[in-house]
Amino acid sequence: MSTPYAKLPAWADYGLIPVINLAVAFVVAGFVVLLVGENPFRAAAVLVEGAFGRGQGIAFTLFYATTFIFSGLSVAVAAHCGLFNIGGEGQGYIAGLGIGIVCLAFDSVLPWWLTFPLAIIAAAAMGALWALIPAYLQAKRGSHIVITTIMFNFIAASVMVYALVGFLKPANSMAPQTRTFLDGAQLPKLNWVIELFGAKIRSAPFNISFLLALAMAFLVWVLIWRTKLGYEMRTYGHSPKAARYAGISETRIIIVAMMISGALAGMMALNPTMGDQHNVALEFVSGAGFVGIAVALMGRLHPVGIVLAAILFGMLYQGGAELAFEMPAISRDMIVIIQGLVILFAGALEHMFRPYVQALFASFSPRSVGMEAIKGKGA
Amino acid sequence: MDLFNAIVQVLDSTIRLSVPLLLACLAGLYSERAGIFDIGLEGKMLVGAFAGAAAASVFHSAYLGLGMAILISVAFAMIHGFASITHRGNQIVSGVAINFIAAGSTIMLGQAWFQQGGRTPALAPGERFGAIIWPGADALRGVPILGPIYSELISGHSVLVYIAFLAVPFTWWVLFRTRFGLRMRAVGENPAAVDTAGISVAWLRYRALICTGVLTGIAGAYLSMVQNGGFVKDMTAGKGYIALAALIFAKWKPVNAMFACLLFGFLDALSIRLQGTPLPVIGKVPVQLMQALPYILTVILLAGFIGKAIPPRAGGVPYVKER
Repeated sequence: MSTPYAKLPAWADYGLIPVINLAVAFVVAGFVVLLVGENPFRAAAVLVEGAFGRGQGIAFTLFYATTFIFSGLSVAVAAHCGLFNIGGEGQGYIAGLGIGIVCLAFDSVLPWWLTFPLAIIAAAAMGALWALIPAYLQAKRGSHIVITTIMFNFIAASVMVYALVGFLKPANSMAPQTRTFLDGAQLPKLNWVIELFGAKIRSAPFNISFLLALAMAFLVWVLIWRTKLGYEMRTYGHSPKAARYAGISETRIIIVAMMISGALAGMMALNPTMGDQHNVALEFVSGAGFVGIAVALMGRLHPVGIVLAAILFGMLYQGGAELAFEMPAISRDMIVIIQGLVILFAGALEHMFRPYVQALFASFSPRSVGMEAIKGKGA
Repeated sequence: MDLFNAIVQVLDSTIRLSVPLLLACLAGLYSERAGIFDIGLEGKMLVGAFAGAAAASVFHSAYLGLGMAILISVAFAMIHGFASITHRGNQIVSGVAINFIAAGSTIMLGQAWFQQGGRTPALAPGERFGAIIWPGADALRGVPILGPIYSELISGHSVLVYIAFLAVPFTWWVLFRTRFGLRMRAVGENPAAVDTAGISVAWLRYRALICTGVLTGIAGAYLSMVQNGGFVKDMTAGKGYIALAALIFAKWKPVNAMFACLLFGFLDALSIRLQGTPLPVIGKVPVQLMQALPYILTVILLAGFIGKAIPPRAGGVPYVKER
């Protein structure tokens, strides 16, 4: 079958097209703002001001970004292997169970720098375990990973309600959440880094798990582009047939990729629990797993792109909160719309503008889009 | 007699709870049979629910509300079509996008237009679909066994409930007894063959998606104009995904779909009924287990332990014409 799209220069493929897609998503979002009777330009100004205007805003932006880096990486690792892990939400949620147990057990005896690694292991293990079953079913029994991971999101929600109400909450409390963690399970803040640049921060939950997120972004880059395993994953993602022919075990590669993806999704639970709320509560993930889909698509599945996209979404979340405060007609749900539009234009409609960009490039320099031969024939 | 009345009540709420699932499930059936995966059922139901309740409360007419619900839901189905048929985008990604846009825009527009925290104003009786009392339902209520069954189970539902159950044989007829149905099934299995026969793959798939949009619109209208007297944010609460699960459970067949939705509706009704009461043999069953049961059953089914669910072969693959 013929490939529908010709090649573009790399900078256009990885820079120009995502920027066009993003711009269109924001233009459509601007129309939604118009629809509720507000000025979209002023809304954009408030949003950016709220996210980056003061040290406080920057700290919150980076706090939100931390979670999105994890969930974006999680989606990306699976996607490189040709799998769509839509279960990051559930994997992150269930990881809260591991974190809760570790923190409740050790927060009174160990310092944070010992609890933290244990919690990382617990979170990653729970997330990986929650991804293992759908992965196994996909690899061995051919059940569609998208459907099973969606189902596992719901099952995770039920398990967490059961666990929180059943045994994680203190016996004398009605609220379905754990007790507040002691100092031994509270992550140190990184606000001082921003304050070094002269900004003032009253209180913001920006914490050390941001560094873990950056480290994971680097490790994912190493894994995907610098190891044999990553090469096998990409091979399988491009062409399962070719991978099979090359002797790559289908079962192994699907299960390993999904478990890594699940582990990354699990780690996203560290930031809101140990970093911010200091407990494990109902619904603490609150959609961050799904944001990962938008982040990964926008970052074009590359860790650098994902970190940038995560910061953009962090900005939307923080700026969106300010926006809701400034313009009562615009609620925080505006972010959800923007998120959807980004997924639509950067994901599902990613090829919409490609033919036009191609035509544009062809009119300037046919060589850059590989149209030399065709032009040559005509001349 | 008490037990009998309890059973009738549980079955009655089973019907009420399974109607939105059934409509959404049949909606998914049309699009998946035509080879378009649609995880945006949830979002389309949600916009349908919002548009229906909003239009009904503004125009004071239930039928205008229903019309608007269908219109907006079809519009969202067309976005899905535009992305996944015309531009050959990833169908799952497009579905996810639609769910997000629906979740955000319903709350935001609701807040901007009605200022009630994302709700629409409570609907007056004339703006909702009322219950249809069948002839003689009240007179027969006293008759043992048959009386309650007739007056509670069969009579006394809104018109949308009857539409939902009539949609089952209708869908079966369309799918297996009409030319459109045959072509639709063919385009979900082997679009190249349909193309070779000189039939437009894209137009067929768009038509299937219009059917999907109509049905999700009715499902949404049922939620906001029958089950509830107005729109509440996120009121679909995962029903679109359960419908998807039911569709797989039903192996993409309309009559099976009805039974799957009734089963899931029954589990839901039972979990509400049994909240906290211990069962004779098993003891106390956690509510959460009952709530998770549809999902667990679907996973087990997908794993091939209760027969194999084989999806339409061309599902999820954008069609690229051979050049």
